[in-house]
Amino acid sequence: MPSLRLTGRGMWITALLVPPLAFVALFIVYPIISAFAYAFFDWNGLARGEFIGLANFYKVLFTEPYAAWTRNAFMHNVQVFFALMVLQNGAGFILAYCLWRGLPGARFHRVAVFLPVVLSTIIVGYLFKLFYHPLFGVVNISLKAVGLGFLAQPWLGQASTALWSIIVANAWHMVGFPTLVFLAGMQRIPGEVLDAVRMETESEWVKVTKVVWPLVAPSATVVFTLLFVGAFNWFEMPYVMVGLDGSPYGSTDVLGLYFYRTAFGNQSSAAQDFGAGSALAVLIFLFVAVVASVITTRLRAREIQL
Amino acid sequence: MRKRNLLRIGAVLGGLVMAMPSFAQELTFWSWRQEDKAVYEELIKTFEAENPGITVKLESFEAANYNTILSTALAGGTGPDLMMVRAFGGLETIASGGYLMPLDTTKIPALADFNPAALAAETMRSDQTLYAVPFASQTQFVIYNKAIFDQNGLQEPQTWDEFIKLSEDLKAKGVIPFANGTATAWQDETIVGALVSSLYGRSFYDDLMAGKVDFTDPRFTDALAKLKDITAYFPDGFIGLDYPSAQQLFASGMAAMFAGGSYEIANFRAQNPDIQLGVFAAPGMKADDEKLVAIYFDGGYAANAKTAHPEAALKFLNFVSSKEFGQVFANKLNNISTIPGVTFEDPLLGKVAELNQHSIPYLMLVHFRYGEPSGSVLLQGEVQKLLDNQTTPADIGKALTDGLATWYEPFKK
Repeated sequence: MPSLRLTGRGMWITALLVPPLAFVALFIVYPIISAFAYAFFDWNGLARGEFIGLANFYKVLFTEPYAAWTRNAFMHNVQVFFALMVLQNGAGFILAYCLWRGLPGARFHRVAVFLPVVLSTIIVGYLFKLFYHPLFGVVNISLKAVGLGFLAQPWLGQASTALWSIIVANAWHMVGFPTLVFLAGMQRIPGEVLDAVRMETESEWVKVTKVVWPLVAPSATVVFTLLFVGAFNWFEMPYVMVGLDGSPYGSTDVLGLYFYRTAFGNQSSAAQDFGAGSALAVLIFLFVAVVASVITTRLRAREIQL
Repeated sequence: MRKRNLLRIGAVLGGLVMAMPSFAQELTFWSWRQEDKAVYEELIKTFEAENPGITVKLESFEAANYNTILSTALAGGTGPDLMMVRAFGGLETIASGGYLMPLDTTKIPALADFNPAALAAETMRSDQTLYAVPFASQTQFVIYNKAIFDQNGLQEPQTWDEFIKLSEDLKAKGVIPFANGTATAWQDETIVGALVSSLYGRSFYDDLMAGKVDFTDPRFTDALAKLKDITAYFPDGFIGLDYPSAQQLFASGMAAMFAGGSYEIANFRAQNPDIQLGVFAAPGMKADDEKLVAIYFDGGYAANAKTAHPEAALKFLNFVSSKEFGQVFANKLNNISTIPGVTFEDPLLGKVAELNQHSIPYLMLVHFRYGEPSGSVLLQGEVQKLLDNQTTPADIGKALTDGLATWYEPFKK
């Protein structure tokens, strides 16, 4: 084993490694570990009470009404994940394919599709909130203008449409990201492969399903995993558009909002329960970490190395 | 001899220098009212002039995050010497950690004349100790645009039927009767307090507090059914209309009435300086039913239990309990001060104070925010459900009672 003498090269490596490691330890590892620790204590307001083992976890998972709230929020996260998988990643793949095939205006659209991604979530959230405004919103006004006034809705006010409205806003905002990743994957497909396909078939469908899709598997791994992590940590968009309460009556509640309300309280409930909040945070973290690593390994396995 | 004198002078000067820090006592004061900063600065100048050697440094934070900022700072030992704190359950979160200085009439004699209900709002239930000087009461009622009422020859309604009739007339004339929207959850609690307090009435409130009835009582559920009826006069798609949009509809003169709190008055006037406002208590079924507004206390001024300058902090708390302070607070900040003897320059505030003579507490905030799930959260969600046609008043009564039964003793079976 080579000894790492603190001279020359070794010194350099140490000097370059220590500050970022210290930073990560202080601002990422330490908070995560302390959240783990908080979850095992009883909290009286801000004062830490006694060690209570797994009671906080039991409370958020099995005691009513917490258990019902947790289930409700979790199911919404699942819905958001699948909806965005279709709306955001699906549309992203189609857009990427159109851009890659160089349809007219592809250069312009490559920029246009990615532009919303660089806008802040706050801006997009408020913008869509205005679009959905029941009286002056562009959605209802357009529907009325084309004689579809009966379809005008209080989009964010009813359980049947509220979550979907936020999902659509999110898909519009972020669709440029999977598009760009898929496009990069498609541009990496070697010309010989495509020439060989052209000898066999003229069908776009066969080309997409048998050649392009398998060959952009590494891009799919990236966007699927990131979407999964994003969907289960979803917070900003619903927070901006419907507030902390998952309004109306919990129909847009997701784990992120629920965690925040539980730990820090909100305007209408004084309780700040750091214990239950931390327990939720730990559960979300474990769920995302475990499932994301399973997804990544499974998806990696189907990637083809060229 | 000379040498000794010099020594003496030196000792005196040294003593003075040593004593300097205790002369210049600087207190920090945290507030969530960024919009009131100028008036507070002015009040602080008055205080500093009366108490030489004490300076107060005001820092204000955004209201929505104030609780989190304050509680984190206190827990971390970097909290302010003086601070605004919430009332009821919101006070207890902070006070239960032992961060606030206990107060009583020996420390602040003026408290002896305060309204007991106001003091109760800043008292922690477990140790029956007062932790803050209450500053304002808020009233939930109907605010209306006088110009629109005058143009249409309308009067403040005396019965529920007149109330509906008046809304119908306004609608027929193309004016939006109520500006309210219910997409912002807490507005759903507001409209209950503002519109149907007189319908369920004092008798229901007293029975509920006595533990004789719960929320399945028909007086309460019938009132919710009436609430649903009157939302027919809210704007189109009001369930998707958020709070700021509703405020703008009213302030811009597009709607005639706003069911809300006395805190809206200053805001409406700021948005539209020409607006002429009136207020009334929503009526009961019959003209001789007591017309009630819903009232609660907003918050108070507290001192840090671990402040380095407890005497100076108490001097400040005595100052904010004085009539001199309350008068400026009422006139410049348009608030209903809790300090006894304060008079109101503004006739509208005078009217609010008059309506407060017939009031019942703003139910959920005052009594049901001490446990999880809070009554406010339950009621807000259930009213949103009702207005989205997903539940009935009877089911709401049951949902509220069952939900609160997890921690509210009188409902436990």
